[in-house]
Amino acid sequence: MLEIMDLHAVVGGKEILKGINLSVNAGEVHAVMGPNGSGKSTLAQVLAGHPAYEVTAGTVTYDGEDLLAMDAEVRAQKGLFLAFQYPVEIPGVSNAYFLRAAYNEIRKARGEEEVDPMSFADLMDEKMALVEMDGAMLTRSVNSGFSGGEKKRNEILQMAVLEPRLAILDETDSGLDIDALRIVANGVNSLRTPQNATIVVTHYQRLLNHIVPDVVHVLAAGRIVRSGGKELALELEARGYDWLLEGAAA
Amino acid sequence: MSSSIDSLVNREYAYGFVTDIEADTLPPGLSEDVIRLISGKKDEPAWLLDWRLKAYRRWITMKEPHWPNVTYPPIDYQEQSYYSAPRSVKPLQSLDEVDPELLRTYAKLGIPLNEQKMLSGVAVDAIFDSVSVGTTMKTELAALGIVFCSLGEAVREHPDLVRKYLGSVVPYSDNFFAALNSAVFSEGSFVYVPKGVRCPMELSTYFRINQEGTGQFERTLIVADEGSYVSYLEGCTAPKRSTTQLHAAVVELVALKDATIKYSTVQNWYAGDKEGRGGIYNFVTKRGKCAGAGSKISWTQVETGSAITWKYPSVILQGDNSTGEFYSVAVVNNHQQADTGTKMIHIGRNTKSNIVSKGISAGHGQNSYRGRVQVLPKAEGARNYTQCDSMLVGNRCGAHTFPYIEVGNNSAQVEHEASTSKIGEDQIFYLKQRGLSAEQAVSMIVSGFCKEVFKELPMEFALEAQQLLGITLEGSVG
Repeated sequence: MLEIMDLHAVVGGKEILKGINLSVNAGEVHAVMGPNGSGKSTLAQVLAGHPAYEVTAGTVTYDGEDLLAMDAEVRAQKGLFLAFQYPVEIPGVSNAYFLRAAYNEIRKARGEEEVDPMSFADLMDEKMALVEMDGAMLTRSVNSGFSGGEKKRNEILQMAVLEPRLAILDETDSGLDIDALRIVANGVNSLRTPQNATIVVTHYQRLLNHIVPDVVHVLAAGRIVRSGGKELALELEARGYDWLLEGAAA
Repeated sequence: MSSSIDSLVNREYAYGFVTDIEADTLPPGLSEDVIRLISGKKDEPAWLLDWRLKAYRRWITMKEPHWPNVTYPPIDYQEQSYYSAPRSVKPLQSLDEVDPELLRTYAKLGIPLNEQKMLSGVAVDAIFDSVSVGTTMKTELAALGIVFCSLGEAVREHPDLVRKYLGSVVPYSDNFFAALNSAVFSEGSFVYVPKGVRCPMELSTYFRINQEGTGQFERTLIVADEGSYVSYLEGCTAPKRSTTQLHAAVVELVALKDATIKYSTVQNWYAGDKEGRGGIYNFVTKRGKCAGAGSKISWTQVETGSAITWKYPSVILQGDNSTGEFYSVAVVNNHQQADTGTKMIHIGRNTKSNIVSKGISAGHGQNSYRGRVQVLPKAEGARNYTQCDSMLVGNRCGAHTFPYIEVGNNSAQVEHEASTSKIGEDQIFYLKQRGLSAEQAVSMIVSGFCKEVFKELPMEFALEAQQLLGITLEGSVG
């Protein structure tokens, strides 16, 4: 589904990604871990098409197409979803209006009919239950005045509504308490199918107790320095990153 | 931030077409003779001609104001024509007699004048250059005693009302453009709602400038008698021309005891091209007087057009417990300039005013909010709340705020809040990541920003205003 080859990317004149290779198949969950500043979030932003990041070398193929040639909205319409580390506030725009606009754009791109507000409300009832959100969240402005946990849950709600083929969760666990973490993880798990894939970018192993990955990658200084099974995450928890970084620096 | 908040193609102004119709246009120039000619063409009574001449004599002693935060080349007032009328428009018995070319023009603008096709619940007065081409729903309104017609017709049919209220809120000596308007005003709408009547439909006037080289000087007068209610909307469009055109209108509102007037404007005059050539100079005086106790006047404006906008819809709060409101969205893109705001003058006791202004600047646009809140010594218990928010799109536009507050009574409470924000690349990216285009994203962010004002508009027009905003901002972000 996703094939990243020798990806290099620069932001603000500084090279952050220095040759990433990563292959993700349908039905898989990949965890990308690594210390601060290793390039985890940059990888997520580059895949989603943030204009501030410039790709200087490498290729990314998504379902056989050149991902890097697509505008950010086209990537989204083709099923790539990024759960933001810092969800953005849009004052005055209700969550429900925003979600329906996004849902309809993605349906249009798939050649499906737009849905009217009534049928959309029914869909929302079902999706809200998944992330244990109450209806009041829908009438509030997008992320405005939301607590950290509410913002993250709102990201997962959007993911549940948009049903992406490839979801990238960028530190969705940061700033979440145990209950919120469980809710978010349950949401993500219930959306897993053999047709879609998830990349979980995280700092800590604890999220991976709830969302169990097929593959764990360790990113350091802009490269993947080690990949392994879910036990790699436990090893990192026990030993830290230093033993891997020494190898990377060499 | 951003190479991308820059480019993108502008959608063309959709109302820029010219109607090819024979017109009776006065040669350029202004003198007492021209005023006599205008007055004569309209068969006006002597008192009105006198009033016009007094205004003219005052006007020639006045200087064009240059305190607004806008710049433009000097206007040669002798180069303008002060009267233009489609030749075919003679007094009409019914709308069936309206020149089909004119009906087609209004249909193209999305304003059906054909009674059968009328949206229920809206009565329309259509003004083409200097004359009214037709008013719909007159019979339905007349049954309730409501007068809704062109000002010219009101001068003939209801001279006492016109004479009593014309100039009672905006005297001819008020300011340079009001004096000019008083001297040469051609047409406008007149509304009178009798005691205790709640007008059951929206009244609206659509102004259209067609003729090249003519100024438009319409004058609207709305009187709401005791305990009555009326909601009124004006819309404006003009053809695209490479030369600028002057539009100096006056609107006067009078609300008597316990009456309410809600006045909404969706202004979409041609704004000039991307380099700032052409467009309408919109120099307008709008003022309402809450003459009676418990009365209320509410202005809502969505200003998306014009090369330059200079207007301050204001309320004189004379009656005790009266309320004035001003809700405004002003958008400038390309080289548009707007200096707009309001004046709230508290005279009566326990008078309240509420101001919500949303300014959006894109391209090279310059947007100024100018507001005056004045509490006179006898205005015991007066209250004002002002909220003034600016949004910037891109790096070459400007937002300015000029609030003036004068309080002459210790019991008054006056609050002013202001904010300036910038549409962020991150907001746009967030929405694009959810499948929306950059244009949809900007439109959504701006609509959210303007929500408090849009909710004040009559339902049918809120959507129109929102779309207009989207169109105006197209090309501002990419």
